Amino acid sequence: MSTIIVDYNSGNLRSAEKSFQRMSDELGLGQVIVSSDPNIVRKADHLILPGVGAFADCRRELGAIDGLFGAIEEHVKSGKPFMGICVGMQMMATRGLEHGDHDGFDWIKGDVKLISPNNKKLKIPHMGWNNLNLTTEHPVFNGIKENDHAYFVHSYQLKTANKADLLATVDYGGIITAAVARENIIGTQFHPEKSQSTGLRLISNFLSWKP
Amino acid sequence: MLKTRIIPCLDVKDGRVVKGINFVDLIDAGDPVESAKAYDNAGADELCFLDIAATVENRGTMFDVARRTAEQCFMPLTIGGGVRVPDDVRNLLLAGADKVSFNSAAVANPDVIAQSANRFGSQCIVVAIDAKTVSPGKWEIFTHGGRKSTGIDAVKFAKLVASKGAGEILLTSMDRDGTRDGYNIPLTRAISDAVNIPVIASGGVGSLDHLIEGVTKGGASAVLAASIFHFGDFTIKQAKTHMQNAGVAVRL
Repeated sequence: MSTIIVDYNSGNLRSAEKSFQRMSDELGLGQVIVSSDPNIVRKADHLILPGVGAFADCRRELGAIDGLFGAIEEHVKSGKPFMGICVGMQMMATRGLEHGDHDGFDWIKGDVKLISPNNKKLKIPHMGWNNLNLTTEHPVFNGIKENDHAYFVHSYQLKTANKADLLATVDYGGIITAAVARENIIGTQFHPEKSQSTGLRLISNFLSWKP
Repeated sequence: MLKTRIIPCLDVKDGRVVKGINFVDLIDAGDPVESAKAYDNAGADELCFLDIAATVENRGTMFDVARRTAEQCFMPLTIGGGVRVPDDVRNLLLAGADKVSFNSAAVANPDVIAQSANRFGSQCIVVAIDAKTVSPGKWEIFTHGGRKSTGIDAVKFAKLVASKGAGEILLTSMDRDGTRDGYNIPLTRAISDAVNIPVIASGGVGSLDHLIEGVTKGGASAVLAASIFHFGDFTIKQAKTHMQNAGVAVRL
């Protein structure tokens, strides 16, 4: 079993690494590897794509490493479990509309758009703990209850075209996508690695997931 | 709905936690990693470490503390103190920080905020503003642990750093810090109304009612406190229950 976190020069990999390692240890799954090497990514059983910052920057950084996206795509097509976190999740969409119009992976139909709360007093970014509304049952959300809190920090969100792809939402002056899933892929807008016990539970579920 | 965050802040000097009364008379009060673990277990919403000696004594920032904390705490961690250039942000993020706080360096060169936000995203760039009342309704930025006056208007500066891409403002009232008289509400309200990014109220908490006022009167998105939690006057749970009873939504 190997768990690999994709490193493409975006964001805080240490906290992701530590949280996945903690749960991997509990499940007896061995070392979590952080890598940008396509040959190592190809060996993953569970693959995680984190990401913070702007959509286009993340997309460019990912594209700048020769063969990396191809290896990720192979993993997803092979049916093995894949998880995107924050911008790593947003990139799974058809398009990203942050600073222009950018192609996503088109694994989850929909666009990534600026959050526009109907209450103008609400600040952007949406930053902090919000309670989850679970819309679809999913093994990775096993044991996570309606209204459990998760930690968010983002200004854009993935609006799914198909409701069936939506797993969880939160309210922030309107409905905000919190998690999406389709077949062997799952994505969370929130940061499980920062969401204390709820996040660790989700990580453990993901590492045990056999889609 | 989004909950108001309660953020214990640990002032760190030489790898140990201290809390200054008006930034002098430091009292040694523990290991930062142990404190971080305790706050994680207690249900704090985020943690903040400020390396208070970093600018003054020109020391580097505390990578080791960040590293050890990230191994044990799975909650958002902000680190500030002595952060000067985008590479400092990168090094702290790699060590385990989730957000990095600029202070003096942002005043000297606000473009460092734009450079850092462009490179790492606004979500991890905090600007710590230390402000002192100069006349009613007028506040000025002070740097270097409150020692150095700048002549810069705090509200204007807050707008400037928000436009440069700061993701959050950590606003400390130098008049109130360490006094336990409560947040500087007019200052907090003025900054919070001036920018569309979250503002963390800081400086002066002595009672749980002060936390409520920071949100209801000051308009803060998060409340930061040090001594009331650190010396055991109140627990995080007591603070959250008190806020919830007053109608402030918190994560309990």
